[in-house]
Amino acid sequence: MVDAAIGEDSVVRPRRAAGRKGLRHALKRKSTVAFLLTLPLILLITLLVVYPAIYSVHLATLNKSMQRFVGFGNFEFLSKRDTFWLVVKQSCIFAITAVVFKALIGFIVAHFVHNIPAKGQRKWRGMLLVPWVIPPAMSTLAWLWLFDPSYSAFNYTLAFFGIGPIPWTGDAGWARFSVILVNIWYGAPFFMIMYLASLKSVPDQLYEAAAIDGANWWQRIWYVTLPMMRNIIAITTLFSLIVTFANFDIVRILTAGGPLDKTHIFATWAFRVGIEGSDIPLGASVSLFMVPILAVAAIFILRDVNKRGNES
Amino acid sequence: MSTLTVDKAGPTRNVKYGSMSRDRAWALRWSYFFLTLFAIFSLVPPLYMLITSLKGSAEISAATNPWWVFHPTLENYVGLLTSNQFQRFFFNSAMVSIVVVIITMLISIPAAFALSRMKFWGSATLATGVFLTYLIPDSLLFIPLFKMFALIGDVTGIQLINRWYVLLFIYPTLTVPFCTWIMIGYFASIPKELDEAAIIDGASWLQTLTRIFIPVALPGLIAATIFAFTVSWAQFLYPLVFTTSADQLVLPVGIVTTLIKGDVFNWGQIMTGALLGAAPPLIIYAFLMDYYIAGLTAGATKG
Repeated sequence: MVDAAIGEDSVVRPRRAAGRKGLRHALKRKSTVAFLLTLPLILLITLLVVYPAIYSVHLATLNKSMQRFVGFGNFEFLSKRDTFWLVVKQSCIFAITAVVFKALIGFIVAHFVHNIPAKGQRKWRGMLLVPWVIPPAMSTLAWLWLFDPSYSAFNYTLAFFGIGPIPWTGDAGWARFSVILVNIWYGAPFFMIMYLASLKSVPDQLYEAAAIDGANWWQRIWYVTLPMMRNIIAITTLFSLIVTFANFDIVRILTAGGPLDKTHIFATWAFRVGIEGSDIPLGASVSLFMVPILAVAAIFILRDVNKRGNES
Repeated sequence: MSTLTVDKAGPTRNVKYGSMSRDRAWALRWSYFFLTLFAIFSLVPPLYMLITSLKGSAEISAATNPWWVFHPTLENYVGLLTSNQFQRFFFNSAMVSIVVVIITMLISIPAAFALSRMKFWGSATLATGVFLTYLIPDSLLFIPLFKMFALIGDVTGIQLINRWYVLLFIYPTLTVPFCTWIMIGYFASIPKELDEAAIIDGASWLQTLTRIFIPVALPGLIAATIFAFTVSWAQFLYPLVFTTSADQLVLPVGIVTTLIKGDVFNWGQIMTGALLGAAPPLIIYAFLMDYYIAGLTAGATKG
């Protein structure tokens, strides 16, 4: 259908010279073609993203059997449950801690990679990006096995140093640590690669000028590198905040929310309540609680990306 | 003031140079040291997958040194690769990923072309909308989508829940926005003179797209294809929600749900499965690393 429209357009073109009417006609044609080209995209976004998002709000106002309208009943019910507030708290701890460490490690590693001779950089970058390439569900299985209560390879190694067996996924505190650690492992390479790309775009003259002015390495980072990278740091961090906050795979496979719901975050709890507990309205309400934080992050990203677009 | 300091530094110049290059050498040594540490941290889980996958179940339960294989065996690989169930998972995953890549390209290339070259009413809003859609995570939409497809089954009698092909409808919501977004960037960076020349020579819009835009933006196209494939291959939440029967599962969900049975963890096979599941993205990455990284960094930029 799209092809047909384009064919017509090319037939119409010779007539364009015929006069104002023909020109206007052709312009009309062009917008029709453009509309047809974007139609599949518009359909996909409206039917499978926008509609479900609105439908989710509708679902959240129904009772468990989805026959009765309960208004804010589900939200009221959630706000009275301790588990819900635990999930809110854990999601925030999880996302903020993981993102901060990802950003820090990514920044440091990017500097080290940038520091070594250009010839070897490719090899190191290749190795350091591997965690990001492996599907998280698969790599988390490896971590689960590394954390195994009785066969943990980490505990085997730590035993040499006289450090007792650590309950990696058994104890609430350690389980949270493990979940965050795996997330950092998975996400830090993304920061590294983004920072490395933007480090390369900082002009060398700036560093030379700073060196001539007698700046030490810290001053060079603080007054040259950071201001030049500010925009990309903001975008990457906000983007990672969204992805980490909405993370599902790692917690689901590593702890499934346990022990005693102490590692549940929004996505995993919504799955537990909505799909496994077949209370779809309640599950929808749980995941809707992610919206405010995601929206704020999205607005800031959009602002920064537009700014970046205007600069270039 | 500055001339003064330069004069002062004059006599000690040689010493300064020496210390600077010494500093540089030490900085380099430290860089390599820390890079090695980070590389170990990055590579331990995949290497441990490989180590465990080469062990027999007797060796695993004997709890010998976990970091070494004393009796290497391929029994896990043979066991998995000859199992009909595992082949089924692999087939489902490959099928879903390849078809989703094709659907994604068919939707996002024309859309990106229109959005980057033909200004029409609402085109800027639509481009922003595409980017916002890309930021909507799967964990926000899985419940309403599940209910929607269940309702479609109830109303029309077309059963889509628990069929692997339902994923063909769902995955494009993850891949199309991003691919459209980066293709807009790549298309917008093509000089206008190029397609104007083509139009003057009498090319139609379709010809401009296939003869000019696609060849020139090929690196971007490859990056987008890689992205769509790896996202589809790695997706875990949607197949976990939408499919339950063993013959409808894709690889990640299949490994997690069928190989982990209650208390019996056959770790040798689980690690082999995980490694085989990680293999396609890793192989693509090994051969097309530059495109992979280009796609990764393009997400945060506008052309």
